[in-house]
Amino acid sequence: MLASLLIVFREMLEAGLVVGIVMAATEGLAGRTLAILGGIGGGVSGAALVAGFADVIAEAAEGVGQELFTAGILLAAVAMLTFHTTWMSRHGRKLASEIKDFGRAAVKGDKSLFALAAVVGLAVMREGSEVVLFLYGIAASSHESVGAMFAGGLIGLVLAAAVSYALYRGLLAIPMRHLFSVTNGMIALLAAGMAGQAAAVLAGADVIPSWGERLWNTSFILPDGSWLGRALHALIGYSAAPSGVQVAAYLAALALIVALARLAPDEKPKPKTASPLAETKVAAQG
Amino acid sequence: MRAFLLALTISLLASSANADDPQLIIKDHKFQPERLEVPAGVKFRLMVRNNDPTAEEFESFQLNREKVVPPGKEIPVFLGPLDRGEYPFFGDFHQDTAKGVIVAK
Repeated sequence: MLASLLIVFREMLEAGLVVGIVMAATEGLAGRTLAILGGIGGGVSGAALVAGFADVIAEAAEGVGQELFTAGILLAAVAMLTFHTTWMSRHGRKLASEIKDFGRAAVKGDKSLFALAAVVGLAVMREGSEVVLFLYGIAASSHESVGAMFAGGLIGLVLAAAVSYALYRGLLAIPMRHLFSVTNGMIALLAAGMAGQAAAVLAGADVIPSWGERLWNTSFILPDGSWLGRALHALIGYSAAPSGVQVAAYLAALALIVALARLAPDEKPKPKTASPLAETKVAAQG
Repeated sequence: MRAFLLALTISLLASSANADDPQLIIKDHKFQPERLEVPAGVKFRLMVRNNDPTAEEFESFQLNREKVVPPGKEIPVFLGPLDRGEYPFFGDFHQDTAKGVIVAK
């Protein structure tokens, strides 16, 4: 039971942190709960599918199918996150002021919402497929009862969800006008970490050069396997001993996202409407 | 184009199974051998074979690798060049029994 608790918590923690950031980043958007739940549901189905085809994926492309697949998922998520930060840097300020004026869950941001729901789905799928393989293995070898295994898994899942919720609530303590700047920054780091990881995975499969197997090694301070190391890995792409190409991809993705966000023209917040008349005028224009 | 095809052929030949690739076998959720010596300073390909009926994940923080090995399959893990030293690895799905160390000499 403890084994399934730990592995589910460990794998789902990473996805849970992504969900926590995404929840904060979509605060106030209409329909976001449904979109995120849809992302999680899609991710769970995807995870079962990936686990079911694990042997096909493993044997594809001369045995590096798994790495190509993982890198593909990561890079798709990077693209979605880049889209979101660019969109947010254009609409974020307006959005924040609208949410303040008209209340939460009333503002539209469909495209950005879709992109982030997809990121949630991809994160759940990637982490979840390992959980499925692991739990299936336990169920098949049945050293312990299936009931205890599911109980452990469920507790692990609840704990991961609790961390996710705590991160979300913590971020909400940030005043509304700053919230999206903070989440945008976190999402940029999240994307950079994923880009670095994609490069590391591809270099690990000998698909691209590694440019140095390990540029430095900080595992004596913060090992990758520690809880803090894992959390920072998920949040900002921490890696105790990164390869050269991993660092390069990290910096390149970060630079690209910052540049795109800077280049995007900022949409000014709507002036506060003084009278009902002015409000109808704005509505008529829109 | 020709050079590219040639390079592709060479790389495909190079990646097909090789008798002198170091090998790990997973059986009863344990690695055999649990201590594997490999040459330091060169790239090599570790073949990991899973003879158990359930999936395992070869994982090592020191080597920066994690890779699922489906039941009954053999997958390559590309490693090196490694500095001299010991690199512990484990089976993520059976951490209490599946443990080992790669020794680069």
